[in-house]
Amino acid sequence: MHQVLFIIFGLICVGGAVNLLVQRHPINSALSLVVVMGALSLIYLLLGAEFVAAVQIIVYAGAVMVLFVFVIMLLNAGAEERTRGSHVALWVGGPGVAILAGMIVYLMFRNDQHFNPVRIGNFVQQPDNTHSVANSLFTKFLLPFEITSVLILIAIMGAVVLARRES
Amino acid sequence: MVPLSWYLILSAILFCLGVSAFLLKRNIITIFMSIELMLNAVNLSFVAFANHLRNLDGQIFVFFVMVVAAAEAAVGLAIIIAVFRTRETLNVDRVNLLKL
Repeated sequence: MHQVLFIIFGLICVGGAVNLLVQRHPINSALSLVVVMGALSLIYLLLGAEFVAAVQIIVYAGAVMVLFVFVIMLLNAGAEERTRGSHVALWVGGPGVAILAGMIVYLMFRNDQHFNPVRIGNFVQQPDNTHSVANSLFTKFLLPFEITSVLILIAIMGAVVLARRES
Repeated sequence: MVPLSWYLILSAILFCLGVSAFLLKRNIITIFMSIELMLNAVNLSFVAFANHLRNLDGQIFVFFVMVVAAAEAAVGLAIIIAVFRTRETLNVDRVNLLKL
């Protein structure tokens, strides 16, 4: 059961990512990225991370991708054009990425015997996942949490200043 | 049950697809989306290792990565709007000068 669910959602993820790569129009890439994020949140549920799965849907698929789609429609972005730089990137980047993927997969298989197998429900926190995350976030990681709020404030001001029309 | 390495290999595949989209795409918005894809792939391996180590700290770190990614998306898209306003293009090959 777990294997079937993992394979279904993993294939949806990889298919969405490949579709992001091959589509020429940015709006199609954005929508396939939404598919990748939705399937990833279901994979987080398989790993016993309910809070992360919910935040993935709300923040990524909800807020960040809406921002992307909004900017694509605002700038009226059309299909991308092929230029000389894209051929250089294809011939240099393609083999480089293949070597990187091969190295990572080889390392994972070589260290496979040190990893525990993942079963549904073998990482259940008491009392529950969101409660445990909140407990940890507001005690052990309180300072980083407060610093991220300052970071968000700076990001808001930066976005307003950068996107403002200069008069 | 599923071996942990399957999750890590899925994460590696997504990361490599993100890298190749970053290198091959010429549209600045699509390049920015491929960065989000790479961040998602890394988040998947964080959650997988949190499961492996029976420790919540990996999930907390995913939360912080999401916060930083949201801030980065806001600032990056504002920069894209500013670039489009001055250059009238979204192709990165035409944005090769710091000063007009």
